[in-house]
Amino acid sequence: MSAGAISPQHATSAATLLEIRSVAKSFGATQVLKNISLRIATGEFLTLLGESGSGKTTLLRLIAGFEQPTSGEIWMSNERLDTLPPYKRRVNTVFQIYALFPHLNVRENVAYGLRVKSTPKAEIASRVEEALRMVKMISFAAARPSTLSGGQQQRIALARALINRPQLLLLDEPLSALDANLRKQMQSELKALQREIGIAFLFVTHDQDEAMALSDRIALLRNGALEQIASPRDIYSRPATAYTAEFIGQTNLLRGEINDGVVRCGALQWKTSEVTGAALFSLRPEAIRLAGAGEDAAGVARFRGIIRQQLYSGASELLEIDCGGNQILRARIPATGPLTGAHEFVFSPAEAVRVTESPTPRGSRPADHEPR
Amino acid sequence: MTSANSHQRSPLLTAYAVLVFAFIYLPIAVLILYSFNRDGVGGFPPRHFTLDWYRQLFSDAAIWDSVVNSLLVAAASVALSLTLGLLAALALDRANFPGKTLFRRLVLLPLILPGIITGLSLLMFAVFAGMHLSLLTVFLGHGTALISVATTELFAGLQKLDRAQEEASLDLGATPWQTFWRVTLPNLKLSLVAAGLLIFTLSMDEIAVSFFLIGRDNTLPLEIWGRLRRGITPEINAISTLIFAASVALIVIWYRLRARTIGTEAQELLERL
Amino acid sequence: MYSRAYKAAISIPPLLWVCFFLLLPYALMFAHSFWLVRDGSLVHQWNLQNYRALFTNPLYFQVFLRTAGIAASVTLCSLLLGYPLAYYLSFHAGPRKELLYQLVVVPLWVSYLVRGYAWKTILGSDGVLNGFLQYLHITHEPVSFFLYSPFAVVLMLTHIYTPFVFLPIYAALEHIPRPLLEASQDLGANRRATFLRVILPLSVPGLLAGATFAFVLSLGDFLAPLLVGGPSATMIANIVQSLFGAAYDWPLGAAISVCILLITASLLFTTERLEKRWSFR
Repeated sequence: MSAGAISPQHATSAATLLEIRSVAKSFGATQVLKNISLRIATGEFLTLLGESGSGKTTLLRLIAGFEQPTSGEIWMSNERLDTLPPYKRRVNTVFQIYALFPHLNVRENVAYGLRVKSTPKAEIASRVEEALRMVKMISFAAARPSTLSGGQQQRIALARALINRPQLLLLDEPLSALDANLRKQMQSELKALQREIGIAFLFVTHDQDEAMALSDRIALLRNGALEQIASPRDIYSRPATAYTAEFIGQTNLLRGEINDGVVRCGALQWKTSEVTGAALFSLRPEAIRLAGAGEDAAGVARFRGIIRQQLYSGASELLEIDCGGNQILRARIPATGPLTGAHEFVFSPAEAVRVTESPTPRGSRPADHEPR
Repeated sequence: MTSANSHQRSPLLTAYAVLVFAFIYLPIAVLILYSFNRDGVGGFPPRHFTLDWYRQLFSDAAIWDSVVNSLLVAAASVALSLTLGLLAALALDRANFPGKTLFRRLVLLPLILPGIITGLSLLMFAVFAGMHLSLLTVFLGHGTALISVATTELFAGLQKLDRAQEEASLDLGATPWQTFWRVTLPNLKLSLVAAGLLIFTLSMDEIAVSFFLIGRDNTLPLEIWGRLRRGITPEINAISTLIFAASVALIVIWYRLRARTIGTEAQELLERL
Repeated sequence: MYSRAYKAAISIPPLLWVCFFLLLPYALMFAHSFWLVRDGSLVHQWNLQNYRALFTNPLYFQVFLRTAGIAASVTLCSLLLGYPLAYYLSFHAGPRKELLYQLVVVPLWVSYLVRGYAWKTILGSDGVLNGFLQYLHITHEPVSFFLYSPFAVVLMLTHIYTPFVFLPIYAALEHIPRPLLEASQDLGANRRATFLRVILPLSVPGLLAGATFAFVLSLGDFLAPLLVGGPSATMIANIVQSLFGAAYDWPLGAAISVCILLITASLLFTTERLEKRWSFR
């Protein structure tokens, strides 16, 4: 299993393992996936992130072989994949509900893939032992799945999949059934495991914190289409669309007018190199800070507002700032103690990232800060 | 199993399934067909469609006497089985007493034992108690054997009952007896009707137990049985067809009612009993 | 929540009834098996003659063997028909599953006599089957072994019990979580391997339940031989029936019945244990 750990590279520099070419999927009249194209590199940890209904699980199932694409092709290692049945693909899946065989014990569950291929007994025994050690479940070899906790079952499901040495491991929201603490622990174990064995992981989740923590790259899906695909840092600091900016982390969406290199949005204005016209910007709450006493205005944008609400959360607090004219901004600052009244705030113009409009804004978060 | 979606195509298996369905239904279809055949029960193909056998059937007094007898026994069996079955279901659901497991097994035993055992043991009981064999003994046989059916159905219905309703009733001041009449029973209405339908149908068709408990008055199945000894005529096909049609109607209603009351998962659990 | 009076009220009537009309009759049957018939009337003299007769007279053993053979054949045939049918409905039938299920279940409850009689009319020398074969010139004279043979009994009882066998198997198959099948395929097992390694083992409890039902009820059947079996297919229950009829010997009949009861009970017990072992939740 520890066959030459490859340190994961960015998609651009490593070889392409899996290629999804213009794949679309419809169930009856409902189109669940619309023309998706993306590549997964060898040894990469790629996360499919999205809300329920975004199509991420469907895409996973297409790669696993439980569904057929309505159009488009999937290629792996330069061979056509989507025409193969699941049992012929060098892909294995860790299911959301683990799907351990209740009539087999742990050892038999893990050995299943090898026994099906008529692997010699001695080899099975040694590989099973190796797999169980890897997931730290060796003492449970004779147990039945029903006696194991959720976290333990998940490790067995992992071992069962990895023992087959797939080229790609698919994980369908494997941590969603675990409680918060266990989840954090498993996240770090998974990450370490992936680095150690060097197999490409395709991870599906709706939890953006999880995606950010684990992935080499995140593919954000919305309504069956690929919204943005980038590394966690890039997707956070340079979101391409309003949806991305809001889905990952919190943000203030600022709708403004650019005139002669200056953006004006309500009480805010700052210099920009963008061309004249209407524009939408994303400004993260942590980019805004309290103006220091006597701080110079050169190079920073400055504005004034009244603190309406202060939500304390230990290391930081979230301020709700009323800038007048129905413009409310959110700022995250290090915990400073109770604040009231009017204050001056600053932010660096570089932090205001221009984003494109998304056709259907998400949910009930304050999306627009257009002054009336 | 899935490679594409959850439904596979397998022409061989489909053909086999069709054959099995044919095996289940063809004999009955043949039976019905020949009830309209002028030339008798056998031979092929049937020619000369006629309703004469049905006409003969309708003027056959002995058959209709036996139908009345069967109806009486069935009605009484429904009453007895439902009452005792309801109590047994309640007891199994709510009470704990020594020997409860034995009780449960005993109640359900007639379902799985061959009818001859139930019939003969009750025959010996009847003789022991000095009873003459008659419709009464038949009724005792059916009633006792079918308690098991009632208990099973009503127990499943009780599982679906919202216990909180009864607790609310008691909380509001009703006595357990009042709660039973005003809350428990109305909630079990559908289960009771479903169980009653099934018991009625099974009692009307019952032959193995009745065989040993019958006196001078025949039930319908035993009347037909007696006729078979004398030689078969399409009149028997005719009455069989009518029995089949009536049974199917009742069973379909029963099935629909049951699906409404206990849902399909509990239904399957019942079948596994 | 339930007072003692309430619990007594719901437990005592059925308990009493069951004692009187189930326990007591079985006890009576048990007692009868130790009594005798002398000069045409019952003598309450405790002895083991009946049982000795059962175990020494080869006739009874032969008939029992034949009965067991018929019951085993019926069980096997019902499984061969019922299992694939249940499999088809569970995995291949798609949206029509519910309707097809009803189609299988409904005949189950329709009169035993009606269905047995149907076979009688089909299998006879001038029955429908022979007529059909002659019409197609496949045969030129009536084939006599269709009716009044063990074959006919097995055929009729298979027809009766296939739906019985189908039900618990279908329930067991429906309970198999579909992700298990996907997992199996994901790990490299094709459809056949998935069936043998996952579906079949998980369907064993249902299979056992259905098989036991069919076997036990066939074992104690006496009507089928009378309808379609003829003398060559006399089963053990027919002997009992005649001992309670024309061949008046209630104690002997009771003894055989007790044996049937014991065999049935031990079979049920064994199957229940096996089912528990094979039940994985």
